[in-house]
Amino acid sequence: MGHRKSKGATIDADVVAGNGLLDRRVFLGGAAMAAATGGITFPDTAAGGPLPVESWMKTPGAPFVPYGQPSEYENKVVRTFTTVPGTTGTGASRTPHHLLNGMITPNGLHFERHHSGIPDINPDAHRLVIHGLVKRSLVFTLDELTRYPMESRIAFIECGGNGQLLYQKEPAQVGVQQMQGQVSCAEWTGVKLAALLQEAGVDPKAKWILAEGADAAGMSRSLPLAEIMQDALIALYQNGERVRPANGYPMRLLLPGFEGNMNVKWLRRIKLTEGPTMTKDETSKYTITMPDGKSLQFVFPQEGKSVITRPSPGLTMKEPGVYEITGLAWSGYGKIAKVEISVDGGKSWAPAALQEPVLSKALTRFRMAWRWNGGPAVLQSRATDDIGYVQPTREKMIADRGSRTIYHSNAVTTWGVSEKGEVKHVYA
Amino acid sequence: MSTHNSALAAACALGLFSSAALADTPNLGKVITPEEVAPWDISISPDGTGLPPGSGTPKQGEAVYASKCIACHGEKGAGKPNDALVGGIGSLGGDKPAMKTVGSFWPYATTIFDYVRRAMPYNESKTLTNDELYAVAAYILQLNGLIGENETMNAQTLPKVRMPNRDGFVTFVPAKPK
Ligand code: HEC
Repeated sequence: MGHRKSKGATIDADVVAGNGLLDRRVFLGGAAMAAATGGITFPDTAAGGPLPVESWMKTPGAPFVPYGQPSEYENKVVRTFTTVPGTTGTGASRTPHHLLNGMITPNGLHFERHHSGIPDINPDAHRLVIHGLVKRSLVFTLDELTRYPMESRIAFIECGGNGQLLYQKEPAQVGVQQMQGQVSCAEWTGVKLAALLQEAGVDPKAKWILAEGADAAGMSRSLPLAEIMQDALIALYQNGERVRPANGYPMRLLLPGFEGNMNVKWLRRIKLTEGPTMTKDETSKYTITMPDGKSLQFVFPQEGKSVITRPSPGLTMKEPGVYEITGLAWSGYGKIAKVEISVDGGKSWAPAALQEPVLSKALTRFRMAWRWNGGPAVLQSRATDDIGYVQPTREKMIADRGSRTIYHSNAVTTWGVSEKGEVKHVYA
Repeated sequence: MSTHNSALAAACALGLFSSAALADTPNLGKVITPEEVAPWDISISPDGTGLPPGSGTPKQGEAVYASKCIACHGEKGAGKPNDALVGGIGSLGGDKPAMKTVGSFWPYATTIFDYVRRAMPYNESKTLTNDELYAVAAYILQLNGLIGENETMNAQTLPKVRMPNRDGFVTFVPAKPK
């Protein structure tokens, strides 16, 4: 299949920023679409002979299976993981965002962070206890909770350590999965925590809760009651099916927009307390140590952020032409209001199209059209949310917080494209 | 913390916690007694609330450490293959990498008891006795130079141990709407 060199200059009308960035409406049909395609030249050869009638077109396909799996040809679309020395289940796995599209993460590809493996919980033996500063201490079975009115919420969960490689002095030579794979998004369905607290009767002295998991690490975090009351969900379902074991089966806490570690999995106990318990994972870990040695504690929101998932390292661009730049944006403060793209290393920017639905505290897919002329390019995305929070550059993040931490890195990630179309992680 | 309080007051005003609306939930929770919750009620507050009876000394803790911890946390808590539990005091600021350990970084000694009881030894958590827990906490504190060799850790003494990084934390302030 031969391709003529496309004549970029013919669609100048659609160029919105330096180095060939095109109007976001190019891919959305209408006038801009017509204008763009009008300027594009088409391959001059056809498919190359009569189409084959493949074997699967002639013989009956496979039988039914009780639980479907992806095509065997998709067997490279998998999580990657790293574990703490001496353990098989403590560590993190990452979502392959460069190979996915849309806003929902398939359940088998949702990122994981475990502190003592994935417990094998018998749902009939699982209990949720609510006690401490309450009028009545209560215990619930899964069956009982399943009878409560439920709510669904599409929300991202992001590990507090996602993106930590951006704190390194030199750009790590890895792709989007290793860089930013500890964020995922699902539809979570469950019972409002507020309903259960109301049933237990909260003592006005209670200002915090301790949430604790049934895993061997007894993962536990303190959460300020007033800040979680509105949104906290005891999630029983993930994308329509029961929460996966790796994501907290049979129930987890969901705190939309808050640090992943606070969304306690395998939830077994909620204790209402006057103050925070100061658990290991809110003191020793998940605190941001600043250049002066002081550490920011209780960093609850995952602040506004975005990353280009395509093109990205590993996805080589084969020839000059029009490409879609796509990626994900999210903010723990609310809805994504705007994502801007630059392909000249931040010299000029233009807004990307936001794929509907755009939901508060959910992953938002953005799309942008780009005519790559075959020269070097430096790709960046920058998110702004609906409280006006703007994703910082790496330079600004490090100027503000230093690099003595691994947590809450939400800076712009930069991909460099070479003349060969190879994509690399770079600092701009 | 004042924002927490005012938001909570607002939640109360909205009737979020009032019992009037109770009829609207299926109301299926069963009352559970403190004795029944006790095996799960293992969290310890920084003021020591929740600490059980029992006690231990650094010397007793050394024996617990040698049989239950040393394989993963090294000779005298030096670390390898897993976290170092000793050292790094004074390393948090400046240009050299911070060495964060129980001694240099943890603000409260009670967290040692809470965490080791719930999560350690890694392969058989929640198996140490209260005396063993106090003893191994005492040993880690003594290795860090925070208590003397002859001090005993118990429900009264452990919360009183002054950790070097006790004032090293500042509550994060989220961005305000622009
Ligand atoms: C089989 C290996 C193993 C053994 C034995 C073990 N630990 Fe650990 N320990 C770990 C691992 C792994 C972690 C990190 C867990 C995580 O990432 O959440 C850890 C973490 C810790 C921490 C937190 C360190 C920090 O700075 O955050 C403390 C304290 C600790 N262990 C104490 C102990 C004590 C005391 C014992 C003995 C009673 C013990 N451990 C036995 C593997 C072990």
